[in-house]
Amino acid sequence: MSATGYGWLVLAFPLAGTLALALGWRLWPGRAAGWIGSAAILGSFAASLGMLFELLDRAEDSRSLVGTAYTYADTAGFRADMSILVDPLSVFMCLVVSGVSFLIHVYSVAYMTSDRGYVRFFAYLNFFVFSMLLLILAANFVVLLMGWAFVGAASYLLISFWYRRDTATGAGIKAFVINVIGDVGLVVGAFLLFDGTGALDYAGVFEEAGNAFGRNDGQLVAACVMLLVGAFAKSAQVPLHTWLPDAMEGPTPVSALIHAATMVTAGVYLIARMHPLFELAPAAADVGAVVGTVTLLIAATIALAATDLKRVIAYSTMSQIGYMVLGVSVAAYGAGLFHLMTHAFFKALLFMGAGSVIAAMGGVQSLDKMGGFRKAMPFTFATFTIGALALAGFPLMSGFFSKDEILAFTLNRGGGYVVLAVAGYLASGLTAFYAFRMVFRVFFGEPVPEARELERGHLHHGDPANPATGEKEDTEVGFPGPEHHVAEQAWPMKAAMAPLALLAIVAGTLGIPGVTDTLEHFLEPTFEDSRFLETHPSESSEWLGLALGGGLALLGIAVAALVYLRRPGTALQLRERFSTVHTFLSNKWYFDELFDAVFVRPMAAFGRFGRSIIESVFVQGVLVGGTVGAVRVGTSLARAIQTGELRAYAFLLVSGLGGLVLYFLIVSV
Amino acid sequence: MDITWFVVLSALIFATGAAGVLTRRSPLVVLLCLELMLNAGNLALLSFSRMLGNQDGQIFALIVLVVAACEVVIGLGIIVAMYRRRLPIDVDQMNELRG
Repeated sequence: MSATGYGWLVLAFPLAGTLALALGWRLWPGRAAGWIGSAAILGSFAASLGMLFELLDRAEDSRSLVGTAYTYADTAGFRADMSILVDPLSVFMCLVVSGVSFLIHVYSVAYMTSDRGYVRFFAYLNFFVFSMLLLILAANFVVLLMGWAFVGAASYLLISFWYRRDTATGAGIKAFVINVIGDVGLVVGAFLLFDGTGALDYAGVFEEAGNAFGRNDGQLVAACVMLLVGAFAKSAQVPLHTWLPDAMEGPTPVSALIHAATMVTAGVYLIARMHPLFELAPAAADVGAVVGTVTLLIAATIALAATDLKRVIAYSTMSQIGYMVLGVSVAAYGAGLFHLMTHAFFKALLFMGAGSVIAAMGGVQSLDKMGGFRKAMPFTFATFTIGALALAGFPLMSGFFSKDEILAFTLNRGGGYVVLAVAGYLASGLTAFYAFRMVFRVFFGEPVPEARELERGHLHHGDPANPATGEKEDTEVGFPGPEHHVAEQAWPMKAAMAPLALLAIVAGTLGIPGVTDTLEHFLEPTFEDSRFLETHPSESSEWLGLALGGGLALLGIAVAALVYLRRPGTALQLRERFSTVHTFLSNKWYFDELFDAVFVRPMAAFGRFGRSIIESVFVQGVLVGGTVGAVRVGTSLARAIQTGELRAYAFLLVSGLGGLVLYFLIVSV
Repeated sequence: MDITWFVVLSALIFATGAAGVLTRRSPLVVLLCLELMLNAGNLALLSFSRMLGNQDGQIFALIVLVVAACEVVIGLGIIVAMYRRRLPIDVDQMNELRG
């Protein structure tokens, strides 16, 4: 089969899975739905492998294939095909997305067992994977937008999965609204590009862009910035990031799938895919680099103070995606995508571990209430620590190679980029600190009652309650199910976490400077037109960067060990000493409050003005009330004549007649 | 004879009838007064018919007589019905149909 044939199969499997699960939801007993969903994604992964082997069989300069199913729209000067683009970049993304998604599906098979919305959950998950793969495989802006919007919708459905929780539905709405802002950015960007180049498919746009726009042409920069708005909204970059921490209201596998491994990387993918445009408009690329850096710093600092386990990981996701955005914006495409892959592995692993811990706590997510799970959950402890080591960039783990490669490329660009790289190194120290803050607070210290119970083999299920507000809940559909599942007692969860742990350790070998460059070499055909293809940092400087990054990681871990293991009271002392900083950080830099003051309140005030002045005074009072009043006055006059007095009528008749006679007499004279 | 006299007489009868309709409260008398008005009209029609020398006015008068007869039948029927139901025979108290 041809590579594009496999490409269509990649899309067909999850779509078929969605339809089978959604339409046949009554038919699937027990865990059948979970296995069907997983099998669909496994099929997708197998088809992705098929694409990979097909591409590897071809010569390097002919590894970009477009397959068209049918013409979507064909009017004057505008033609959009339903077509997919199979090239190294999309194959790489398909492999990462479908591979990690498959493991997360397997994890969910056990994790969601007791939930009353089991089939619905897998239908949504499959729909999400389908949308994400459509986004990746799109060969033109129309199909890209379809996938882009589907992903936003699927994200909304999954965040609000427990739809009877007000906090969850609120978070879903927030995510959807911010994603729509991104969609609008993407649409406007595509319009601007279409206006300049007259093409909608990537190949046409990239070909024409060089002729239509000069370097840093105003319209091109505007188009790229609008594309960046779309990327920032999907990838949770400042200032469009506030939805991501709230999205942790969804079930933990959702956080692992959407908000760590796949959806949030769509922005990184978009920037990498549009690299010919960003290289023509370096001003826009610099915007991306600066925003990525700002995000990685802000998110890393917030993660220091957050106390909700999943939110700490969510902020670390934001921060790591900041690194990727920085990477692809400074033309370190291979490095950025390398980090995207390793991050997908270790972040999905961290979320799975967190899900296991939260299940052991009976649904409680606060770090303050956790502790001492090391003995009770040896498997979760081991895998979570591997994930944390990879996140921290511990030497020789996967995150070590990928993150530091981005920073080495950034340093190599020189000039102002040095500042960005320094900020990146600073944040990597913070990353190591907060990663191990989680490990030490969850797994070390005095075991909490739940941990002691679990050590005796009994899983504490707790009273069903909203972890954010403490509100009591029942376990019917729309709320989490009554039972929790930890990795130690459920083999599908173990089966999902073990390969990820392995990958989190060894995935770095795909890009060891000077030794292997498998990934970069594979992606080269996509980026061969890049001006920066040959500008590699020298090997020695890369190793120097690696040493620096590794040293910072060790330093961060050591500080965390000092603060949380050696002298357990230190954290509290620090918090009191720097209480203003702590308040600032635990309020998430007041971004929510800022948006509230700048957008929400003025809009609400405008709405109230409309309701009280325009609606009630003008529309209700003048338009509606005026008409009603006129009719009322008229009818009351007409009613006054209808007295029912026969002689009064006769009088009116006679006087009217008399009046007429008089009139004619006067006229005739 | 000058037509003026006929017309003046007709006007007088009409005015008498109208005054009766407006002032009397007994429905029987009101009906009688209506007849007076109609016949005043008939007189005028006949006078002008004679004056002009054609028969149109006479035919109109015949139609008016027919209409008057019908009207009296219905009017008297209503009065008899009221009497049977022991309602007051007084037009001022028949004012149920008001807005």
